[in-house]
Formats: sequence, structure tokens, C-alpha cells
Amino acid sequence: MIETSLGWRLHPQVAVRPEPFGALLYHFGTRRLSFLKNRTIAAVVESLAEHPDVRSALSAAGVDPADEAPYLQALGVLADSQMLVPA
Amino acid sequence: MSAPTRVPRLVEQFERGLDAPICLTWELTYACNLACVHCLSSSGKRDPRELSTEQCMAIIDELERMQVFYVNIGGGEPTVRPDFWELVDYATAHHVGVKFSTNGLRITPQVAERLAAGDYVDVQISLDGATAEVNDAVRGRGSFAMAIRALENLAAAGFADPKISVVVTRHNVGQLDDFQALAQRYGATLRITRLRPSGRGADVWDDLHPTREQQKGLYDWLVAHGERVLTGDSFFHLAGLGAPGALAGLNMCGAGRVVCLIDPVGDVYACPFAIHEKFLAGNVCDGGFAEVWRNSELFTELRRPQSAGACGSCGHYDSCRGGCMAAKFFTGLPIDGPDPECVQGYGEPALAADRDKPRPRVDHSRTVLLKLDRPPARPCNESPV
Repeated sequence: MIETSLGWRLHPQVAVRPEPFGALLYHFGTRRLSFLKNRTIAAVVESLAEHPDVRSALSAAGVDPADEAPYLQALGVLADSQMLVPA
Repeated sequence: MSAPTRVPRLVEQFERGLDAPICLTWELTYACNLACVHCLSSSGKRDPRELSTEQCMAIIDELERMQVFYVNIGGGEPTVRPDFWELVDYATAHHVGVKFSTNGLRITPQVAERLAAGDYVDVQISLDGATAEVNDAVRGRGSFAMAIRALENLAAAGFADPKISVVVTRHNVGQLDDFQALAQRYGATLRITRLRPSGRGADVWDDLHPTREQQKGLYDWLVAHGERVLTGDSFFHLAGLGAPGALAGLNMCGAGRVVCLIDPVGDVYACPFAIHEKFLAGNVCDGGFAEVWRNSELFTELRRPQSAGACGSCGHYDSCRGGCMAAKFFTGLPIDGPDPECVQGYGEPALAADRDKPRPRVDHSRTVLLKLDRPPARPCNESPV
């Protein structure tokens, strides 16, 4: 799970490539590839660093609080694989 | 990763192709000190038309612009190119990560230390047997010792997590746990891939590919070991042996859609297992790589919906998508029919019938080659360069 009260950002060794379906993330340190499977999650991930915490990033990207569970889960996976790090 | 909302399956999106490959294989040279019986690229002799350092750098510039995250560099034995390290440094400085495959020839203690000092280079040591006996029958006498020496040097230098890359054959499929132990001993990760009948592999595939029983054992082993073993997603033809999604990874054919191959002379093929005129999309020297990737006739065709052909009525088609195009082509089977190693056994009658195996025009083999199951007359230590 991701700690929602914290601010998060992309790991400095992670590159983002926008794609029609969302985005590709590549971590040059762990050499792992991740897929962001829609554009909303891609927008959330790319804007995380501009927000003080996860929920404000979600709401800025237009994610309704009632729909946030899968997004939190996806962000949790990204945090676990070091794609995201605490800001 | 789990999808937040329902969108078309990633596989379906990838089958339509991306603006740039996710990664690509780049064979830097056809020159090789070994003469493995199953070499995908029929390597041995250097091609006199090999791309120059400047041409290679221009490709890297283009890959950077296209945001291709990393390249899998191979050959031949890529480290025999005098400018190999220069190109590796150039790529990583330009945000193109490098993973290179080597038989270990040049992984000296000094090179290992240099590699350990960097962060952007991944090393893959090829090994096709967990014992010298099994390995050297395929890769040549002395090649097991050479690979192990490279692994020892990397471990001693503190290089984190090299890969041991194994092509699964009838003779080493029983050694999967031994490979795993070997990987553990050197702080490495095991990567196993499918034997393809490509290049010289066409000549030995009938004798070397795992039997149907072995395929089942392999599948179970893969499911049990999940994400701890890398596969290059190459066993998607086995997906029909179990529940959908049981095999880790993106199990689809990415040829010309999310992957491709650049060969030493700049020819772009649909995938690393398809060095044949039929899968040749163009050359990087004619307008650049991006042009070939985006506009070649072949890749455009591959990105259109493919016919399930003879597999259309099979309940497993959604899992295996008809298997590997190159495996079918080089064994002389129809492209729109079952994979030669179809888990339902539909490939077997086709294999038993008369087949015409297509031969590529490109062959860089040296004239004296290893013969399968017979020890070579002398150690394969002769350098072609």
C-alpha cells in the first residue's frame, strides 16, 4: 500500500514514455518495466511531485474519491517496486 | 500491474503496434569466437559491411529521441567489436540502457570492475548447460569454463545481479534447478528462453527442442517459479497448458509491434528470431530506424489484425495466439497454422509431413562448424577478428 498522507515522486532513475493507452515506465536502476494502463493513472503519476499528498494528486486528476481504490492499489505497486519514492 | 479501470487488454493494444519499440535487439556484429550449433544469427564471420562507430551512434541518437528505454545488444559476440565499450558508454550517456549478451570471452576482472562501477548496463552470460558436458555439446568445448570464469569475475567485482541466459533444450530442460542453483551461487538471475529453429537452429531444432512431455514439465516449473525467473516472455506458446495468466509476463508475439531486431549491417527484421528476407522491414541507412519502424510495409502489415487461420476453431487460441511466427516459418509450417510445439499436439502431424525449410540468404557461419552431439576436433578458441 502507498502512504497517502505523504508526498511522492518518481524515482530519479525512472523514465516515462507517454503512450496512447497510458504510459510506459522504465527504471534504469532495477531495469524493470511497468505499464500504466490508462491516461488517468499516467497523469496522476506524472503530477505526483506537484502535490503534497496522494489524495490531492488523485483529485486534481479528476478521480472521484469513490473510485480511488484501484488507483491507490496501482500506486502501491509502483511504490513497492521503487518506481515511486517519498518526496 | 492491475488496471484501475477496464480498458482493452494491453496485449490487444500492443498487437496494433507502438510508435517506438519498448526494447529492441541489436546484433552489433556477426563475428563470434564460438560456433554454437543453434545460433539464431548464423554468426561466425564479421560482415565487411558492418555499421561503423558513427553509424551506430546515429542509431543511438535516434533511439534516444524515440525514447527506447534499452537495447539488448548481442551478435555474434558483441564484445569483439573494438568500439564495443565506446558504444555502450555512448548509449548509456544518451539514456538508452544497455543489456548485452556475451559468451564471457572478454569479461576479465578489469572489465567486471568497470561494469560494477556503472549502473546502466546489464550483463547476460549465455550458458546452455548446467554442466560442461551438456553446455559444450551445443556451444563448443571450453565455453562452459569461459562463462563460469566471467560469472566469477563479475561476482568478485561486486557486479549486482547479472543474468544467466539459457536456451532450453531437450538436454538441459532437466537441469532447471541446477541452473537456478548456479545463478544463486553467483548472485545472478536465471533467464530461460525458447529454442528457436532460426539461423543454424534450423539444422538442430528437430533433435534439440524439448519433447511434449518436457514442455509440460517446463510449464509447471515456470508457473511454480513465476517472476523469479526471466523468460523474455518467450514461452507464450505454452500458455494453453494452464489457466489464463498463470504464466508471468506479457505473453504475446511482439514482432514488429513492440520489438524488432537491427542486424550488424543495419537491416531491420521483425524480431530477433527472424533473420530472413521474408521478415526484413528495411535498413537503417535508408532514412533511419524510425522510418523503418513506423512506415515499413512489413511492420504495417504485422500491426493489422492477424488471421487465426487453422487455429481459429481451437479453444486455446486466445492464450497462445497461434504461437511463434518464426518457429512456424523456419520449420516449414504455414504461418496461419499451429506452432510446431503446439500444446494440443496440432503441430505434430505438420512436422511429420514433408516440409520445405526456408533458408535465409544471410549466413555468416564459418566453414568448419560444430556438429551436434559430437565433440569438436579442437577447442573453439580461434578468434575470427
